[in-house]
Amino acid sequence: MIEVVPSEGGVVPAAVEVGLVVNGEARRLVVEPRVTLLDALRERLGLTGAKKGCDHGECGACTVLVDDRRIYSCTTLAVMQEGRRVTTVEGLGTPESPHPVQAAFVEHDGMQCGMCTPGQVVSAVALIAEGHAGSEDEIREWMSGNLCRCAAYPGIVAAVRAAAGGAS
Amino acid sequence: MRPFGYVRAESPEAAAALVAGDLSAAFVGGGTEILNWLKDGLADPALLVDVGRLGLDAVEVSDGGLRLGSGARMSDVARDRHVRAEFPVLARALEAGASPQLRNMATLGGNLLQRTRCAYFREPSFPCNKRVPGTGCPARDGDHAMHAILGASDACVAVHPSDLAVALLALDARVEVLGVHGRREVAIEDFYPHAGDDPRRETALRHGELVVGIGVPSGPRARTSGYLKVRERGSFAFALVSVAAAVEVVEGVVRSARIALGGVAHRPWRVRAAEDALLGRPLADGSVADAAEAAVRDADPLPGNRYKVAIARGAVRRVLEEIGERG
Ligand SMILES: Cc1cc2nc3c(=O)[nH]c(=O)nc-3n(C[C@H](O)[C@H](O)[C@H](O)COP(=O)(O)OP(=O)(O)OC[C@H]3O[C@@H](n4cnc5c(N)ncnc54)[C@H](O)[C@@H]3O)c2cc1C
Ligand code: FES
Ligand code: FES
Repeated sequence: MIEVVPSEGGVVPAAVEVGLVVNGEARRLVVEPRVTLLDALRERLGLTGAKKGCDHGECGACTVLVDDRRIYSCTTLAVMQEGRRVTTVEGLGTPESPHPVQAAFVEHDGMQCGMCTPGQVVSAVALIAEGHAGSEDEIREWMSGNLCRCAAYPGIVAAVRAAAGGAS
Repeated sequence: MRPFGYVRAESPEAAAALVAGDLSAAFVGGGTEILNWLKDGLADPALLVDVGRLGLDAVEVSDGGLRLGSGARMSDVARDRHVRAEFPVLARALEAGASPQLRNMATLGGNLLQRTRCAYFREPSFPCNKRVPGTGCPARDGDHAMHAILGASDACVAVHPSDLAVALLALDARVEVLGVHGRREVAIEDFYPHAGDDPRRETALRHGELVVGIGVPSGPRARTSGYLKVRERGSFAFALVSVAAAVEVVEGVVRSARIALGGVAHRPWRVRAAEDALLGRPLADGSVADAAEAAVRDADPLPGNRYKVAIARGAVRRVLEEIGERG
């Protein structure tokens, strides 16, 4: 259990130590319980790939994998993920050696401004692993947790299809 | 967000004791709902007690039916093969809710405890009888396109947003609750109180009571059940109207039925008159049309949400037709 330390004027929660495996690397950080996983990644670990679009679980820009499942990092606390494996877009590939999904997004113009793209890419990686890339309709349904204000949807769907091995 | 403490409870009993003993403490399951409240100033707990890792996540099958742990994630239950085959209304309602990412995080317990999406309730700069009793309800004269057409009170016209709860109502589910004084079971029908004087009262839970599981009897209707959700966009949106139905047909006529509506009232809304319209008749055009009509007979819409009446009528008809076609 994590300690709650009393201080002047009531009980003030102590900062807590959290251990995470981020993109394959064990990281320890000391954060207040109220720090979201998204803020911990961006502000404390310098991983700014996951974006803060809405901070309310409505847009998908903050999508990361936790133990290989896609989640929104804005609606969970860093401390709730203690001990878990977190994968951000930075952990998928590099500019020199992109992940196949990243390469497909480039190839198929799966973006315009790019704000939603890291979330789209991470979400698509999970979608393909889940086996939800069977048809265009299925991809649209299972990508519905990632909004794109630029409406680059046709390119996004084409990229996911191609990366999943479907017709391009 | 104001600062708060955090503990990971070691057992369901410890979690219940921790919250029961501290009026300013709250459970957190997946966090997808309560984090929004914390950010928006709708809740201000001093302590969050994490119940997301208590091992309450099993999906168990027995002769009598299903038992779902309150910590099971929406996605895991929706994906379960037995649930999909034997309780289609449940799998469909779960899969029609939120988004893949949210379903991977959200627990069943947290889903039942989510609060209305009424924009006036969610934004503390507005008056709202549900947030601050006696301040008024701006939705009545304001934007109420998403609000209730059934069972509203003078004080509040908000609707309950859960899809899961609507499916559970059509399945006669029971909520298993653990408190410091022991366990009890609450029928889903009694879990959400009827509109009273105080719109803040939203469930039968007392402070510190933990939902540990949900019992779903297999019964004669679960297999022949269905769910239809009508949304403003194709996916990832709350229901304008949804319908959960479960129908038992024996020798060509309906022997029993459950029909529940979502998105239309402050609680999942069972429409007994619609169920009665089917009894003793074949599940066919005439009975289905009568049931659809009966489902909205008591509707009392506001000027801006009359459209929901027609949608509810059509949705009841379609879900019953779909169940009929499946046979
Ligand atoms: C953008 C968006 C769209 C959504 N769309 C839908 C939708 O279409 N349909 C739908 O049904 N839902 C929808 N949801 C709601 C979502 O399903 C809920 O946020 C989720 O189910 C809550 O579960 P949780 O475990 O994250 O709850 P938490 O946020 O952890 O908790 C929510 C509440 O439940 C309490 N609680 C948690 N676990 C327990 C327990 N075991 N016993 C007692 N109390 C408990 C907490 O104290 C808190 O009060 C949507 C949410 C978002 C953000
Ligand atoms: S920033 Fe997390 S869903 Fe929008
Ligand atoms: S590319 Fe601009 S938001 Fe999606």
